[in-house]
Amino acid sequence: MTFISNNEPSAVLEPRISLAEPGDYLALLKPRVMTLVIITALAGILIAPVPVHPLIGFVSLLAIAVGAGASGALNMWYDADIDAVMTRTRTRPVPAGKVLPGEALAFGLTLAFLSVVTLGIVANWLAAALLAFTIFFYVVIYTMWLKRWTPQNIVIGGAAGALPPIVGYAAATGSVSLASVVLFAIIFIWTPPHFWALALVKSQDYATAGVPMMPNVKGADHTRLEILLYSIALAPLGVLPWVMGFATWAYGIVAIVGGAAVLEAAIRVYRVREGEAANSASRRLFGYSILYLFALFLEIAGERTLDLFVNLGLRAS
Amino acid sequence: MMNDPIRIEDRITLTPAQMKSRKARNIAIGIAVGFFALIFYAVTIVKLGPGILRPPS
Repeated sequence: MTFISNNEPSAVLEPRISLAEPGDYLALLKPRVMTLVIITALAGILIAPVPVHPLIGFVSLLAIAVGAGASGALNMWYDADIDAVMTRTRTRPVPAGKVLPGEALAFGLTLAFLSVVTLGIVANWLAAALLAFTIFFYVVIYTMWLKRWTPQNIVIGGAAGALPPIVGYAAATGSVSLASVVLFAIIFIWTPPHFWALALVKSQDYATAGVPMMPNVKGADHTRLEILLYSIALAPLGVLPWVMGFATWAYGIVAIVGGAAVLEAAIRVYRVREGEAANSASRRLFGYSILYLFALFLEIAGERTLDLFVNLGLRAS
Repeated sequence: MMNDPIRIEDRITLTPAQMKSRKARNIAIGIAVGFFALIFYAVTIVKLGPGILRPPS
């Protein structure tokens, strides 16, 4: 079957039939971001005072991860125009033409609905409501509104990425605790220096796309100062779980060493401002910040899992 | 008897690449739906407790 355009009677338009592979749909979920969501939500589930049934915990974690993936798919659907002009994102499935925009939208909405309903049925409706809010905040508040409007986009929008530990804790307990809020705060404060380190390197990309990132609006030097200030706040905040007693001294060491490394990288970004050395410093901070967050939450998840096994062993003996 | 409103020559014929990607998508959807059903079955057993597996005496 062919469609004839009304405007150009001679033009014969072929129907657009998808050539998308399952891998393209997987890419819509932003797997790398999902990994971080899984680890941070897992930490939230495991800091619960009463251990959750392993299957309920696993399915809750899966629902949170799929909810995050749905946010990613909806983000890629809405941002296809700016993704197409940025070198970092032009190979994403929608701008690359592998997945049609309508398919990405339908995929994202379906997964968002299923993840929220599943979490509500399997865990509880507080966790489901928090997950729904996370998806709404990321897609509507951050992607549709803040991202193209203000250089504070990733500061405020970072709340969506910081919520998984709170959602995880709520899934395990049906409530929100100070401990889960502290984990939220760590990710919230971590987000600006992490993204601005990337934005310093990719500022031309963001300028081409018309996205008002901090370096494009306030300048590179102001961004470097803000990166430093956030990193100064992040280092002691990262140690709080140990100080508050819901993480061990081993976590404390990881947090102190990791926080110092991120701070040192941020100081280098602040000092080295010219040429390839400046880009290299920003890339270093970007890499360190990812390692830092992974290390903190993996440490919490690891020591809590170890605790569970020790308690199981004691109960069995 | 009803006549087919679409003539055979007007129907969409998928290319081998379109057929291949559609088959791969169908398999992925099948696996996902099966996994989803399995999860809900297992969660139901966990929520109801082991008593659900005991035959009535």
